Amino acid sequence: MASDMKEIIRLEDIRRNFIVGEETVHALRGISFTIREGEFVTIVGTSGSGKSTLLNILGCLDTPTSGEYFLDGVSVRTMGKNARATLRNRKIGFVFQNYNLLPKTTAVENVELPLMYNSAYSAAQRREKAVQALIAVGLGDRLQHKSNQMSGGQMQRVAIARALVNDPAVILADEATGNLDTRTSFEILVLLQKLHAEGKTIIFVTHNPEIPQYASRNITLRDGHVTSDTTNAHILSAASALANLPINDD
Amino acid sequence: MNFTNLFKIAVRALANNKLRGFLTMLGIIIGVASVITMLAIGQGSKRSIQREISEMGSNMIMIQPGGEMRGGVRQSAEDMQTLTLSDYEDIVNETRYVAATSPSVNSSGQIIYGANNAPTTVYGISPDYMQIRQYKVAEGDMFTERDILTAAKVCVIGQTVVDNLFPGGENPVGKVIRFQKLPFRVVGVLQSKGYNSMGMDQDDLILAPYTTVQKKILAITHLQGINCSALEEKYTDQAIEEISEILRRNHKLNPTDEDDFTIRSQQELSSMLTTTTDMMTVLLAAVAGISLVVGGIGIMNIMYVSVTERTREIGLRMSIGAKGRDILAQFLIESVLISVTGGLIGVVFGVGASLAVNAIAHFPIFIQPWSVLLSFVVCTATGIFFGWYPAKKAAQLDPIEAIRYE
Ligand SMILES: Nc1ncnc2c1ncn2[C@@H]1O[C@H](COP(=O)(O)OP(=O)(O)OP(=O)(O)O)[C@@H](O)[C@H]1O
Ligand SMILES: [Mg+2]
Repeated sequence: MASDMKEIIRLEDIRRNFIVGEETVHALRGISFTIREGEFVTIVGTSGSGKSTLLNILGCLDTPTSGEYFLDGVSVRTMGKNARATLRNRKIGFVFQNYNLLPKTTAVENVELPLMYNSAYSAAQRREKAVQALIAVGLGDRLQHKSNQMSGGQMQRVAIARALVNDPAVILADEATGNLDTRTSFEILVLLQKLHAEGKTIIFVTHNPEIPQYASRNITLRDGHVTSDTTNAHILSAASALANLPINDD
Repeated sequence: MNFTNLFKIAVRALANNKLRGFLTMLGIIIGVASVITMLAIGQGSKRSIQREISEMGSNMIMIQPGGEMRGGVRQSAEDMQTLTLSDYEDIVNETRYVAATSPSVNSSGQIIYGANNAPTTVYGISPDYMQIRQYKVAEGDMFTERDILTAAKVCVIGQTVVDNLFPGGENPVGKVIRFQKLPFRVVGVLQSKGYNSMGMDQDDLILAPYTTVQKKILAITHLQGINCSALEEKYTDQAIEEISEILRRNHKLNPTDEDDFTIRSQQELSSMLTTTTDMMTVLLAAVAGISLVVGGIGIMNIMYVSVTERTREIGLRMSIGAKGRDILAQFLIESVLISVTGGLIGVVFGVGASLAVNAIAHFPIFIQPWSVLLSFVVCTATGIFFGWYPAKKAAQLDPIEAIRYE
């Protein structure tokens, strides 16, 4: 891990409480870590350990109850709603478990979407970027396919292309392979490893205990605490794992 | 976020649900079309009444036997025998503000020429009547005072009578036609006036000397009415006063007695008719306006459904950088697009329906440019007004919850 790389994310004692009726749920109880450019970090933990809550804060969808969060050098905690929306548009790429593509809409149009909310891009530039992103995820031949004409794996690739299209500082994925079979999950992992190799910063929340082997670093959460934060010295190749999978896997 | 992109996003969203968009539009289409049609009919009859009145002569004064009806039963004007020839002569001789005067008697019946016949009305009048009612002779001549003195069996006929009796296109002037077995020589043909605002044919009539109609058709000596015209419209009141004095004197009425005649001026009639048509216009437009409001509620309903249905889409848009106001604008543009497109189609249908009403029912219509403009403004306002709450609801969604919405 090149520790001289630029700091993308710095969390300082992040806490997040939810008030439910009379009770206070402590979803995050003091999280601190730093993620540098080019890291592929997995976050694992049991259900209810606070993974999604943490990811929402990292993605500027939510703000912590206390603690400081710097994204690409900018303090997010004091930002208003609109400023956070702009920040998400420029610095974050989201990948969701259920893809969240627009229905009846072509792959290119889906990928263009983030740039529609950025007036710096012209229609032609938008199209150009979207096509490039789709080529990068291996869907160069599916540009005009509508979302309902694609398989789950293809839809998740479109979603990843959409997360790439604005050249974000970090790609955040919550259970991005949760809805996919093993083979397709590995295909997506191959793609993420390729993006990692190209220098992209990726944070991947997962239940699957195998996946950390393919990432460069793993953070484990439990009850809103970080219980372990390890660097992976021997990153496995998802491509060779995919090649070794039996053909009729499931 | 610029407007062009928001507009594109809204158009795309609508295109994804064309049928629903169209059904929502239907309410607006019907609303706008009916507003335009109703206003066209209302304004059309008002205009045509105003035109007719000025064509008829806005200084016309009509005298009928019998007092004002005050509840109860009144005898029909024809049965009252209070108006006499000497009343007529005194009005001619003793007034200063009256320009022209003509007695009026009439009879309806079948008119015959050769094998052709048709029902019509014969009006017994004097040549002054032409000036009072602004009739003109197109062919031949008007009959003369001499014909009146001799109760000559001559007549001037309207264009409809010409069409009914002389379908072959012969020249009617000089021909002899029969009304209730009585032969009349046609001396002239009137210039056509067309239909009036009540859909009545103003060319379906025969004018003959009043003496002839009195003696040879009706066998009466009294008059059924007297028509006059004031020197100028502004002298109408003075003329009415003079006439009233003469009639009260002739009829030997005490100062406490009520009039045994009724004088109506065109002025009075015109303001009455204008009020009536104005009221009709407002009523029709109100009914049509209600359907526009119903259409607007339809939009609101569909937009609410749409916001709920697209909660995840909204959550996604927010998570990739849409601000609340972008979402608000998107849904507002969608509802305004629906209402304005509906409005456009509605204008086309409304104009079409107005023209159809005019062509089929002979209703006069007038499509006022401002009514079209108004419909547009109202449509846009409807879209914004009824789209606002659903759009606001969408804009206020929490992206974290919205994106997990099932
Ligand atoms: N909006 C909320 N209101 C109240 N409590 C919440 C809210 N969101 C999360 N929590 C609580 O915070 C804790 C952490 O939830 P979180 O969704 O982050 O868990 P997770 O690690 O993502 O679980 P899973 O693996 O099942 O997705 C849970 O106890 C949950 O009930
Ligand atoms: Mg979760």
